[in-house]
Amino acid sequence: MSKFSNTMRTLTGGRGISQYSMIIALVAIIVVFEIMTGGYTLDPTNVINMVQQYSYILILAIGMVMLIIAGHIDLSVGSVAAFVGVVVAQSMAIWHLPAGVAMLLGLVTGAVVGAWQGFWVAFVRVPAFIVTLAGQLIFRGLNQVVGNSTAVPTPASYNWIGNGFLPDFGPDFGFSNPTLILGLIVVVALIWKELHDRRKRVAMGATSQPVWVSVVKLVVLCGITVFATYLFATGRVGTSFPVVGIIAGVLILLYSFITSSTVFGRHIYAIGGNSSAAVLSGVKSRRVNFLLMMNMSVLAAVAGMVFIGNAQASGPFDGTGWELDAIAAVFVGGAAIFGGIGTVAGSIIGAFVMAFLANGLSLLGLDSSWVSVIRGLVLLLAVGFDVYNKTQGRPSITGLLLRGFSRKKSSTVTEETLEAQPQNPEQPAAEKVDKVPLS
Amino acid sequence: MANAPILEMRGITKRFPGVVALSEVSMTVRRGEVHAICGENGAGKSTLMKVLSGVYPYGTYDGDIVFEGEEVRFSDIKQSENAGIAIIHQELALIPELSITENLFLGNEPGRFGVINWVGAQKRARELLHLVGLDEDPDTKIKTLGVGKQQLVEIAKALHKDVKLLILDEPTAALNEAESQHLLDLIGGFRDSGMTSIMISHKLNEIERIADSITIIRDGKTVETLDVAAGGVDEDRIIRGMVGRSLESRFPERTPNIGETFFEVRGWTVQHPVDPDRLVCKDENFFVRRGEIVGFAGLMGAGRTELAMSVFGRSYGTYLSGEIVKDGEEIKLANVHDAIHHGLGYVSEDRKTLGLNLLDSIKRATVSARLDKISRGGVVNGLKEYEVAEEYRKLLRTKANSVEESVGKLSGGNQQKVVLAKWMFSDPDILILDEPTRGIDVGAKFEIYNIINQLAAQGKGIVLISSELPELLGMSDRIYTIFEGQITNVLSAEEANPESLMVSMTSTRKTGPAE
Repeated sequence: MSKFSNTMRTLTGGRGISQYSMIIALVAIIVVFEIMTGGYTLDPTNVINMVQQYSYILILAIGMVMLIIAGHIDLSVGSVAAFVGVVVAQSMAIWHLPAGVAMLLGLVTGAVVGAWQGFWVAFVRVPAFIVTLAGQLIFRGLNQVVGNSTAVPTPASYNWIGNGFLPDFGPDFGFSNPTLILGLIVVVALIWKELHDRRKRVAMGATSQPVWVSVVKLVVLCGITVFATYLFATGRVGTSFPVVGIIAGVLILLYSFITSSTVFGRHIYAIGGNSSAAVLSGVKSRRVNFLLMMNMSVLAAVAGMVFIGNAQASGPFDGTGWELDAIAAVFVGGAAIFGGIGTVAGSIIGAFVMAFLANGLSLLGLDSSWVSVIRGLVLLLAVGFDVYNKTQGRPSITGLLLRGFSRKKSSTVTEETLEAQPQNPEQPAAEKVDKVPLS
Repeated sequence: MANAPILEMRGITKRFPGVVALSEVSMTVRRGEVHAICGENGAGKSTLMKVLSGVYPYGTYDGDIVFEGEEVRFSDIKQSENAGIAIIHQELALIPELSITENLFLGNEPGRFGVINWVGAQKRARELLHLVGLDEDPDTKIKTLGVGKQQLVEIAKALHKDVKLLILDEPTAALNEAESQHLLDLIGGFRDSGMTSIMISHKLNEIERIADSITIIRDGKTVETLDVAAGGVDEDRIIRGMVGRSLESRFPERTPNIGETFFEVRGWTVQHPVDPDRLVCKDENFFVRRGEIVGFAGLMGAGRTELAMSVFGRSYGTYLSGEIVKDGEEIKLANVHDAIHHGLGYVSEDRKTLGLNLLDSIKRATVSARLDKISRGGVVNGLKEYEVAEEYRKLLRTKANSVEESVGKLSGGNQQKVVLAKWMFSDPDILILDEPTRGIDVGAKFEIYNIINQLAAQGKGIVLISSELPELLGMSDRIYTIFEGQITNVLSAEEANPESLMVSMTSTRKTGPAE
């Protein structure tokens, strides 16, 4: 046993297997449903459907985790998505805008909505909870005003964004060629990234991991990629990797990079971790907060546009409850309630957990009311587990995923460490009584 | 004084995963004395008190505790409280929005069937406040009281519980001279009435004054117990015990090399952020020369921090008028970003709430004020970040395994070094240090003084704000005194002494800054 746990510790860069519990939970959920549904969960048709049906959670979770890291929240994303959706649908129905122009209009609408909410949050300093609660009502109402409370169908030229696939080309091997190429690109990228990271670690003089760690990691990741490629490439004739999946994938990569490697990303964590200290370090918190709110609404716009494409119409009840899906994904993914902690990658795992649960339970024919009950319990258990882990002095799951590579377990423990342990690491955020009003 | 012991702790050993925090610590406290515990940060003082008060329950440590002649095994704080042991922590645990009375009886509300007897509570509150010499209406909300008065409320709360042994953890750390004096008198009064106190403090002059005996802990072990009444115990003697060597001088040697005036604040007037009728700075003037360490002396709440923060990119209050001249040119600092890019740095007095994001790694914290220096096109260069952080970790000798370690886990002294690294990396010409050594042990203080001297030697202007007069006198080339938001005097290092400073720190007459 101890040999196994030592091996796991090396493999996980000194963190131990418990840090990956949410990924393990995800795998467990998939396996359980795979068995219970008689192999239908991982059937190509179902997986493709899932990507198309639940990609909105992925897209929203990206924006939501950034807001939550900064200590805000957005309850209006469902309404904003629905509002943008109906604006786009009507612009094509009434003004006969081409699909591309309509999409552009959708993005602009999202940005304007975001600027409106960002203004209240960043400059008037109304808490985001209130601003977006108001937004939820306002934009739900506007959706119904614009759409006359009825469904507005969208043209086929547009629907491609929601239910389209990568176009096939080349010789027919019985697989979808673009999907195979995409899978190959991902595998190459994974290998390149691992080599790059190893080089970087050496440059930083950090103890480099044994080669077998990299090999195991690559085998697992590439294995998953190959398997996913196989799934998407062997769907019904005419299907391949969905366009929505590409959109979500690009956004995930883009925002992972922004949050982890850019000055703006650092400022988000700084504000969420300790906003007073951030301001005194020269962070322009108003600007960051404004941009974050705006970004969230733009992403909500994307989610709304993708959704109406898949549904082939915009309706008055689109996006109901989406904010809860996105928020749940973020917290299942290890973000902290008080801000400062969270990652895009973690939230995506959280989104997958929520999506596979919803999909698996409905495949089993469970009544939607029970699906809701179970998803609620999963959220509670996931966060409860995380909080319990923290009070036991173990760091949060995704808190560590985010911190990156090879942090050795601390062996010098000072009095402060010991005292800090029983408390939540987020404590400073909770104590943030504005002693000095900072600009 | 040869009273029987009220408390004996024998062979206390407390282990945490991977570390022994206390090893065979023994301590005897006699009835009716003031017993001080001294030791550097991380020596194990607080851990020992947590063992005593039941925060770490019986069974998680080895050794015996004998209190009032009986062996006690506390499994939580409630039990130790019932036995008559009260602990007053460094961080006050009062609820700001409740009144004094409500706080005094919180968790212990007098009354029947859950209905509180407010009349009785008020009466008892008045008695308790009288005991601690606090002249406030019991209905006053805690948030309107200063730290010193809040501390007294905490003590009153302990008294209500019929305390036999009062433990005070750094009681005067946040208090000004007058408040500290009052508190020490109060503890002395308790002693005369037969109560026993244990006091943890870094302020050795206070310990020397009030303690009857002193237990010194170093690296989790009892070093010695000194009997003050027997004589021969002074600050140097205590320091020798704490650090295991004597510090020849508490302030490093330095030959000032002072250049021309290059930073000047003129006619600085700032309004209070909430109350527009109040001015926190009224037409203030001061200047700093190259390579000079300029001290700012003032009692807590005198307006030193407010002045410094308002200069540092208007981060406090509402700017009304005044100008800042640097290198002969007026500079406009509308926000902190501007201030940093015009070569100002500000190390806050409150490193946990204003200085650091405790969730950051050392690496991230070090570069957080000047991300632009290690990034291109808004993308942070992780390798450079690591190199910078590593460089400063070595330079300042920050104790950590690697720069990936979280700053929240460092000791106070090491956290302060990270804050200093952050501002050294920002490469300021003017560095404002607000209480840079608060809550830091003697050894780390000396290192921080060295760093300050090195910065001055590089030709930077240093503004040193401090409540500790010896520190100001030991470090500064020139000292401004502030009282009630006004600069009342400026003294050269030769002119300044504790008496002359204290006079200007406590009087309203404005003598005006001498050139």
